[in-house]
Order: sequence, then C-alpha cells, then structure tokens
Amino acid sequence: MNKKPKKYSVFSLIKNAFSYHENWQPAWDSPEPKKEYEAIIIGGGGHGLTTAYYLAKNHNIKNIAVIEKGWIGGGNTGRNTTIIRSNYLWDQSAALYEHALKLWEGMSQELNYNVMFSQRGVMNVAHTLHDVRELKRRWHANRLNDIDCEWLNTQQVKKFCPVINTSQNIRYPVLGATLQRRAGTARHDAVAWGYARGANAMGVDIIQNCEVTNINIKEGNVTGIETTKGLIKSKKIGVVAAGHSSVIANMVGIRLPLESRPLQALVSEPVKPIIDTVVMSNTIHAYVSQSDKGELVIGAGTDGYTSYTQRGGFNIVEDTITAVVELFPLFSRMKMLRHWGGIVDICPDASPIVSKTHINGLYFNCGWGTGGFKATPGSGWVFAHTIANDEPHALNAPFNINRFSSGELVDEHGAAAVAH
Amino acid sequence: MFLINCPHCGERDQSEFNCGGEAHIVRPKNPLNLTDDQWADYLFMRKNIKGIQFERWNHSNGCRRWFNVVRNTATDEILKIYNIGEKAPQIEGNNPKTPSGEPIIGSGNYSTSFEKKQ
Ligand SMILES: Cc1cc2nc3c(=O)[nH]c(=O)nc-3n(C[C@H](O)[C@H](O)[C@H](O)COP(=O)(O)OP(=O)(O)OC[C@H]3O[C@@H](n4cnc5c(N)ncnc54)[C@H](O)[C@@H]3O)c2cc1C
Ligand SMILES: [Zn+2]
Repeated sequence: MNKKPKKYSVFSLIKNAFSYHENWQPAWDSPEPKKEYEAIIIGGGGHGLTTAYYLAKNHNIKNIAVIEKGWIGGGNTGRNTTIIRSNYLWDQSAALYEHALKLWEGMSQELNYNVMFSQRGVMNVAHTLHDVRELKRRWHANRLNDIDCEWLNTQQVKKFCPVINTSQNIRYPVLGATLQRRAGTARHDAVAWGYARGANAMGVDIIQNCEVTNINIKEGNVTGIETTKGLIKSKKIGVVAAGHSSVIANMVGIRLPLESRPLQALVSEPVKPIIDTVVMSNTIHAYVSQSDKGELVIGAGTDGYTSYTQRGGFNIVEDTITAVVELFPLFSRMKMLRHWGGIVDICPDASPIVSKTHINGLYFNCGWGTGGFKATPGSGWVFAHTIANDEPHALNAPFNINRFSSGELVDEHGAAAVAH
Repeated sequence: MFLINCPHCGERDQSEFNCGGEAHIVRPKNPLNLTDDQWADYLFMRKNIKGIQFERWNHSNGCRRWFNVVRNTATDEILKIYNIGEKAPQIEGNNPKTPSGEPIIGSGNYSTSFEKKQ
C-alpha cells in the first residue's frame, strides 16, 4: 500500500539539508500492475494524471492505474510552452478553459507542490485591420462570459511590454493587443509530478514504461487491456494518449477525426529578466515568454503532415525566429540552446474531444492539439466525472464525438488566436 | 524534415510540397443517401496511422502536380511514390515493433531505429 507522503515545507527542506538531500521520500511509488483495477487511465501525461486524481478525490474511485508507455509527463505535457489562458471566443470553450484557470489558481496549495503558476498576463497582438476586428470581437465575447480581458492600443502595448518593437514601419506593425492579466505560465513537469504524488497518496498506481498494445472488448463492453507488462482487467478505461489517440482508437475500430503532427519549441541561452509577460501573435506566428531560469521560451508552428517522429522541420523554426526577431529586434543575436518537438493531436475544429464511445466503459479524452496544457486540471476534472458517472459533465457535453455528425462544431481555429 | 522525390522534378526539400492527407478516400457515389454519420466519416475521420501510411502530396512550390506517397510516419522514411489513380501498392515496410513504440535511437532516425526486414 502507498505510504502517506510527508508534507513539503520549509522545515522538511531544512531537515533534509542535514542529510545532503539524499533521503527524500520518493514522490510516488512504482508498483507492478495488479491483475484488475476499477478504472484504468491510458497515458500518464498531465490530463491522464489529473483524471486519476479527480476520480479518486471527487468520485471516491481509488483502485486506479495510470499506464504510461514512457515516463510520466514525457509526452506533450513536458514539451509544451506552458501558456495558460481562458480567453476563448465561444461560450463552450470559454466555460471549459475558465474552469481550468480557476483550478490553476489554487493548484500549488491544493497539491502541496509548487507548480510555479505565474499570472504574468498573456498579450495577443494584432498586426492587421482584420486582426484588430477579430481580437476586439473576442475581447467583447470574453467580457460577456465574465472572463477578464482588456484592449491595449499601440502605446499601451509598448508600456506594458517595453521590449516589443512598435515601429509602424515594419511589415506587420503592432496595431494593438488584447491582454488577459490572469493568464500566464506554469512549470510543466511540476504539474505532472504534483498530480502523480497527489493521486498516488490516494491509492492510485502509477505504472511507467508499460505500453498498452491492445484493448479487449467482449459483447460491446471493455474488459481490460494488453500491455508490455501483461494483461490488466478493468471495466472502465479512459484513453488520454494525445498524439497516440488514433493508434489506440484503431485497435478497437473507433474512428477519430485527428491528425498527429509535430509541433516544435525552443529555448535560448539564459539572460537577465527582460520580458515579464507572454506575447503571442497569430498573424506572424510568434510567441515568446521568459522562464524563471532566464531562457526565452519560443513556440513554433506545426508541420504540414502527419508524423510521430517528435521532431519537425527546420523551415518551421526559421519562420518563427524570423517573426520573433521582427517583433523583438534585440533578441536577434541570442543563441538558442535546445529545440524539440511533441506530437499533437489536431482536431478539425481545434477543440478537444472528451467523450463516451459506442463501446461501454471506453472513454476518450483527446484532440487538445496545440493548446491543451492550460486545460490540464479542468480536463481531468470533467473526464473523471464522465468516467465515474458514464455521463458527461455539463462542461464537456459540447465536446462529444457526435458533434462531427450533428455539425455542432466548436470552431476555435481562427477564434482562439494562436492555438496555444 | 525530409526529401521527397517528385516524379516530375526529382528530389526536393519537403518544404516545397504540401501534404494533402490520407490517400484513397473515395468521394461518396450517392451523396443524397448518406446518413450524418457517413458524412462525418467521409469528411472528418482519418486513420492517422503510426507506421505505413498512404497519402497524397502536391509539389506546390514546383510543378504543382499531385502524386501518392507511401511513408512510414514513425520515421518519416518514404517507401514508394506512385501516380494518382493507381491502386495502393502492397508494402510492409518497417512498422514500429509495438503499436505506439518509439525508435531505439532517437526519433525520426530511420536508418538506425528499426530492424530491417530480411
Ligand atoms: C511544442 C509544444 C508547445 C505547446 N504549447 C502549449 C501552450 O503553450 N499552452 C497549452 O495550453 N498547450 C500547449 N501545447 C499542447 C499541450 O502540450 C498538450 O495539449 C497537453 O500537454 C496534452 O496533455 P496530455 O496529458 O493529453 O498528453 P501527453 O502529455 O502527451 O500525454 C499522453 C501520454 O500518453 C502516453 N501514451 C501514448 N500511447 C500510449 C500507450 N499505447 N500506452 C501507454 N501510454 C501511452 C504518452 O507516452 C504520453 O506520455 C503544446 C504542445 C507542444 C508539443
Ligand atoms: Zn514537381
């Protein structure tokens, strides 16, 4: 059985300093899988771990395994640029992402784990008349949904973020921006680790290095999974495998509208604090923030083809850097330190699928594509509800797989600004 | 990040091309009789395979002609290029050993990652 984790505090820090930090209790156990669980979550990313956490916490289902083929948080959770915001255009998305943002605001306290959530504001910059109209429309939509949002003109943008180039003589001049002050960034690894520790403390088994290779079905009901560590039985299975969702859906003949593509990010050498907010631009596709270590964190675009290779084309990086340098000429001589890709599951309407399926006991949570990190706690919350009650939560009901037949798409493509 | 051998122009950088997605999706013969589910399947649902995938490409910054490609999406290795209208060739290729498996050395490194079939 799981040992109760010792609370982290300044006293535990001092105590452990005396033994050179060599005796910290592991944050979660690494058991062998049991023969059967009440619920199994496939995929140990942020969304899978929060699903297990809220199943245990809100629905009192504690006999759960999270099955991860690599290491927890090693998928898109640990590869993203951590932009968190809730200023989406449509009511359905605004409600879903705002619910998540509220959970972010209390997360470190709730988990007793510092996820370094920093509400430094996110600015979405407009460069054309069309951008201005779109962003103002979204600003008003946000106000109607009670989501904080402001419009800044060019001078106000310059005042809020002095390093930005507001010259009107560049190809895509800054004409204004929306600002959500409650938006910001967080430490991605800590989110995975904090929820893993919290879930484990309530009895959830976290099983790493274990790939799910098949899903067993009998008379329309799931009965369990086959894995590289053997057969595990369960009557409730939640699939939260991001870029690999289609691979798992194909095992049981479920058709999903997803395409998996590489999405890249890169970080620079660390420098002193220079940019204390997040700047995003849809039109020229640049977005940048600065980590607490001082690195500029820069996100690029997706490649134009499906691939599972976790690395993208250099031409994509080049496009992004070109845009970043025009917006921030003073970054032009900075060196880039690291660069990587993740495989994102892109949905035709740029909205997620959090849904039951035609197979009893099998649930899918996917399609978050390039922008699901911000939803991590909220996604787990509503997915846990869906699995526990075999019915969607009000917040994820619109994100049913059937919307592709009914035509009730939640089209956030252009609307959500840069899709992160 | 790979080269594509255009049947008309020869080997060029992938950035000259546009991917048109899954190949061999046939437009419904009787559109008026289709159910909503069948429409959804035709319009939106995709195999999105990890491994050997058949897809359409267009040399958009070159000769602007379309052709079909067989590509291993786990490694980006291109196995065959054939004309639009031709039947999909039978190709096994080096599929990942397990459905979600990753290459042994790095990702996208097809020359070293999968055991070559004899
Ligand atoms: C470069 C980049 C930048 C991004 N920037 C942002 C951003 O700024 N803001 C934002 O909100 N979002 C962003 N995103 C998107 C965000 O990262 C994802 O939407 C989110 O992290 C998805 O979380 P997840 O838990 O669903 O997926 P993941 O963290 O990918 O977890 C899925 C897990 O499933 C596992 N798995 C797959 N197949 C199997 C199997 N067969 N058996 C067992 N386990 C399996 C994988 O190993 C993986 O760990 C970005 C993504 C990328 C790649
Ligand atoms: Zn050509």
